[in-house]
Amino acid sequence: MTDLYLILAVILFNVGLVGFLIRRNALIIFMSIELMLNASNLVLVSMSHVHGVLDGQVAAFFVMVVAAAEVVIGLSIIVTIFRARRSTSVDNEILLKG
Amino acid sequence: MTVFALTPIPASGLQVYAWLLIALPLGVAALLLVGGRRTNGWGHFLATLAPMASFGLALAYFIDLLALAPDQRAITVPVYDWIAGPTFDVSVTLLLDPLSILFVLLVTGVGSLIHIYSLGYMAHDPDRRRFFAYLNLFVAAMLILVLADNYLVLFVGWEGVGLASFLLISFWQERPSAAAAGKKAFIVNRIGDLGLIIAIFTMLALFGSSSFSSVNAGADQISGFWASLLGFLLLLGACGKSAQVPLQTWLLDAMEGPTPVSALIHAATMVTAGVYLVVRSGAIYAQAPAAQLAVAIVGTVTLLVGAWIGCAKDDIKKVLAGSTMSQIGYMMLAAGIGPAGYAFAIFHLLTHGFFKANMFLGAGSLMHATGDDVNMRHYGALRRLLPVTFFTFAAGYLAIIGFPFFSGFYSKDHIIEAAFEHQPALGLLALLGAGVTAFYMTRLMAMAFFGQSRWRPGVHPHESPATMTAPLVLLALGSFAGGLVLNGWIGRWLEPIGAEAPEHASWVPQITPIGLATLAVVAAGVVLGWLLFGRRPVPDQAPQQVSPLTRWGRRDLYVDDAYEAALVRPGLGLAQAVAWVDQRVVDGAVEGSAGLAQAAGTKLGRLQNGYVRSYGLTMLIGLLAIGLALILGQLV
Repeated sequence: MTDLYLILAVILFNVGLVGFLIRRNALIIFMSIELMLNASNLVLVSMSHVHGVLDGQVAAFFVMVVAAAEVVIGLSIIVTIFRARRSTSVDNEILLKG
Repeated sequence: MTVFALTPIPASGLQVYAWLLIALPLGVAALLLVGGRRTNGWGHFLATLAPMASFGLALAYFIDLLALAPDQRAITVPVYDWIAGPTFDVSVTLLLDPLSILFVLLVTGVGSLIHIYSLGYMAHDPDRRRFFAYLNLFVAAMLILVLADNYLVLFVGWEGVGLASFLLISFWQERPSAAAAGKKAFIVNRIGDLGLIIAIFTMLALFGSSSFSSVNAGADQISGFWASLLGFLLLLGACGKSAQVPLQTWLLDAMEGPTPVSALIHAATMVTAGVYLVVRSGAIYAQAPAAQLAVAIVGTVTLLVGAWIGCAKDDIKKVLAGSTMSQIGYMMLAAGIGPAGYAFAIFHLLTHGFFKANMFLGAGSLMHATGDDVNMRHYGALRRLLPVTFFTFAAGYLAIIGFPFFSGFYSKDHIIEAAFEHQPALGLLALLGAGVTAFYMTRLMAMAFFGQSRWRPGVHPHESPATMTAPLVLLALGSFAGGLVLNGWIGRWLEPIGAEAPEHASWVPQITPIGLATLAVVAAGVVLGWLLFGRRPVPDQAPQQVSPLTRWGRRDLYVDDAYEAALVRPGLGLAQAVAWVDQRVVDGAVEGSAGLAQAAGTKLGRLQNGYVRSYGLTMLIGLLAIGLALILGQLV
């Protein structure tokens, strides 16, 4: 039973990872990151259930809080970039280049 | 046995204010330097008043001393405790005694006249205020030097004189030659200072004090070795300050300063300090016959070298500089004779103060008249246009060659006679020096004031203003009468500080065989000088076909070149080597590590390509690596 949860988590994580690596739209990338976070949450909760302790669930709440905060800041950055540049393609943002 | 110093008695009454002698010029110097441009309008008058006030005060103290019994003429004036140490104490205490008061009178008296003269000479200089401030500093430093009652405070004045001379020689600092001359004077003086300061350390170690009274009291208890060491070290100090061979090279270059400075350095301050030091240290030299002989030999060599250089120069100031070296050489010779010569050394120092200040200021007047030309080949026939300068200069001339009844006649004859009594060879050389002196001074007079005019086009010689001629007249009177007045008196006056009073102490010159011989030699020098430079026309350009004697004299006996080759070049080479090591090795290490960091930064910076995806991939690879490591770690 737990195996199924873990397999689902791995699939979700890989979908997120591939999406993060190959997509250009900043919003999609963002969603992919959320996917990966949620996959790891799933693992945490499953393991919490397996071991019968609450630590994993607590950690999952922390991840959610951090993800929510991240969404707030990340989305506002993306909106600002879109306003300034009329695009959300991350490849255009080579201003980050060293 | 000779007593070298009196037991000093504490000051009373007005004497406790003796520090004002120093404080007045020092305070004015500080005021002018700190006050800046606001003091431009009146600073030079205040600066002229300061040494005059000190002179007035010094006269009062002189009269005080005259009124005391001869064995009580030493008054200490405590100012404050300087260093209170476990093994020695140094207090700043001033000493008024027969020797120091004569110096104070000379420094402030001649110094005042030079200040007055400078009012006219420097009237149009934009930096007049700075000049007067430095002059006052010079006078104050010299007063510290002669009034100190111990060697350490003397050294403060000694260094102060060095500083002031540096500032004044390089006063026109925009000229590279003046800046170089100032540095040269300072550095050469440093060598002498080294001798003096080691001597002071030695005294502190031997006597536990550097005060004159302790050194005098303890000098006859130390071994001959220490006495000789102290004697030679003090001689080194004296050589630096008094421009004696082998440290004479700075004096000729010091002519780069304004002419009143030369007068101050040569007549009243600075170069007389070495003679003062030797006479003050009489108790040590009494225990060190070898050092004493060295003083006499150095003096004799310098008096001949100076005279030699004086014969060959065309620059009027350099001729006078050579003559200063030569006359200071006479003083050192007298000081090297021992107690029998001390009074004559100081006597000649005082008369020299008058006639050399007189002639230097006269030379300044000549330069003033000819548009700052110092080349005597461009003078000639100036006696009618500059009558005051001519007559005053003539008084100085007659004094320096030792014309009967002029001041130098008394003082120099005494030295030559004492030298003959002490060591006939030295006496003979001193006699020769007197003849050469007469020769080159006659040459100077003939080239400047007689013969045909060789003025440059556009030069219209004119007499100097009254502020310049009045000091000349006073100094000329001193050059004439100084010997007459002092001759019968100075020996007894200086007896309490270790001088032996001469037996024939009267103003009537004694007719002695040596005196007659001196007159004959001087007359020969004058006649030769007149035949060569007065009767014959003087060429406009310095002749190139000259004897080796002249060629050597023109190049200052190649001493500068020798020092250049032996010391300056190796020094420069060493400095360049050190600079190379600094630039290549030290800087190389520092700059190399900076360059390494920069190159690494550039290379690593390429990784920041701006593509979010590649950053993500990097993170993934890292994550995988960490995961792998963890799993492998579990397995092991």
